[in-house]
Amino acid sequence: MERNRFNKFFDQSDSILTIPYFLWLAFFVLAPLALLAYQSVQGIDGRWTLENIIRYFSSTSYLKMTLQSFVYATMITLITLTLAYPAAYLLTQTQHKELWRMLLILPTWINILLKAYAFIGILSQSGAVNNFLEWLGIGPKQILFTNFSFLLVATYIELPFMILPIMNAIDEIDSSFVQASHDLGANSWETTKEIIFPLSLKGVRTGVQAVFIPSLSLFMLTRLIGGNRVITLGTAIEQHFLVTQNWGMGSTIGLVLVLLMFLVMRLTNKGKGKSKGGF
Amino acid sequence: MQKKITGSKIYLVIVFILLYLPIFYLIYYSFNAGGTMNEFTGFTFEHYQAVLADKRLFQIVVQTLLLALSSSLVATLIGTFGAILIYRVKSQERKNSLLTLNNILLVSPDVIIGSSFLLVFTFAGYQLGFISVLLSHIAFSIPIVVLMVLPSLEELNETMLKAAQDLGANSWQVLGRVILPNISPGILAGFFMAFTYSLDDFAVTFFVTGNGFTTLSVEIYSRARQGISLEINALSSLLFLAALLLVIGYYGISQYNRRMHEGKRLGADL
Repeated sequence: MERNRFNKFFDQSDSILTIPYFLWLAFFVLAPLALLAYQSVQGIDGRWTLENIIRYFSSTSYLKMTLQSFVYATMITLITLTLAYPAAYLLTQTQHKELWRMLLILPTWINILLKAYAFIGILSQSGAVNNFLEWLGIGPKQILFTNFSFLLVATYIELPFMILPIMNAIDEIDSSFVQASHDLGANSWETTKEIIFPLSLKGVRTGVQAVFIPSLSLFMLTRLIGGNRVITLGTAIEQHFLVTQNWGMGSTIGLVLVLLMFLVMRLTNKGKGKSKGGF
Repeated sequence: MQKKITGSKIYLVIVFILLYLPIFYLIYYSFNAGGTMNEFTGFTFEHYQAVLADKRLFQIVVQTLLLALSSSLVATLIGTFGAILIYRVKSQERKNSLLTLNNILLVSPDVIIGSSFLLVFTFAGYQLGFISVLLSHIAFSIPIVVLMVLPSLEELNETMLKAAQDLGANSWQVLGRVILPNISPGILAGFFMAFTYSLDDFAVTFFVTGNGFTTLSVEIYSRARQGISLEINALSSLLFLAALLLVIGYYGISQYNRRMHEGKRLGADL
């Protein structure tokens, strides 16, 4: 009762300040998605048509590109996860955790394009890696503009985004659980497997979201590093919107990407019901 | 705790070396007189001089900073009241659906944000340029502000609000004198995140900028596509320094927030 009156009193007067937030929701959250859907059923001549959607699903090159993008994103996610999990675990065991976390955050604040640019130098014909290969006697190899270079650079860029959430999740585990596990006779490996790993899955899910979804859309990397060999969904969207100006097809591919995004969110949010709000 | 095995230390060191190697590679060759990123022929500052003498680049840096500052200020304002709105919603179900809507832009890939915003501006008949970029930056920064402010709101002591009300404060006074001062650490953190989001963005800007307006990321992209130029290396060393300062700033804010948090918890225990 008391609480009710209290809230009513609040809602009446200063709610005018929340109008911009509602405008934002309408014009920059709902309208963009609606327009993406609308544009995908528009032909080039401005008439309603299912042409784009039919063309997408009947063309092997579009489907192959989608599959390729999906496979690459999966590979990038799996590789970063494999590298990140032990690193995240070890980082929680260090003494200066906050300092390490800062050192991990710092590279993520360097512009992604500068990091990609660095790899143009490192991987080029006469770059550091090829000099090393020559020294080994393997000789210079074409590394830049290959699928491998795309995979390497994407993994490099996404790695901190996988380590950070896992590190936070392991950090949040109540140390008394670990203690109890040891007291009940479990060895370190059993404790890791039965206590730490299941309790850190929340961080793994966040990490997978943070890595997989952007990996589907890294168009600047495919342009700068992949030499246009690797086409991701993002590259295709950029191509259709900004190069060939076929917005209808671009929007259709955009919708596919949005659907994949919701799918990933759904799969990774399973069993997360108890956690507070958010994603 | 038990003694750490050296193998794990070596693994961590390798991971961090790999993380920083490309960045230091860039910085190292920014002093190269040879003009390439392959062979270090001699030490020079000429690339730094070139960066500092480049009027166009300087203008772009100023533009980028102004954009980041103004977009994050507006986003902080709108996002803070959005967070208050979500905080006040009583039904858990409605709260969750509002949060889901709020988070859509946070999880959307940049390309989707960029292309769909381009559609919005085109349909509204809006000229692409500084304003469209500014609006886009405000739009993608709002949800992170909301997420940063919301935890401080959840921590507010409701009896304090009630006391203010009982003492005759109207809702504007409660807002301005009780709520806002108490959630200022969250607002500050939100502003900081919005600022870095804006500085770091490339893809969205790339989609919604016309011919007249460029940010640093877009400029780096077009230069990098043309090949190696050690001016970019010199620029990246300067940006690395700036990022270092920002991270230290962020660290300061988070430490401050933690202290506030711990102080409050201590108060509750007493």
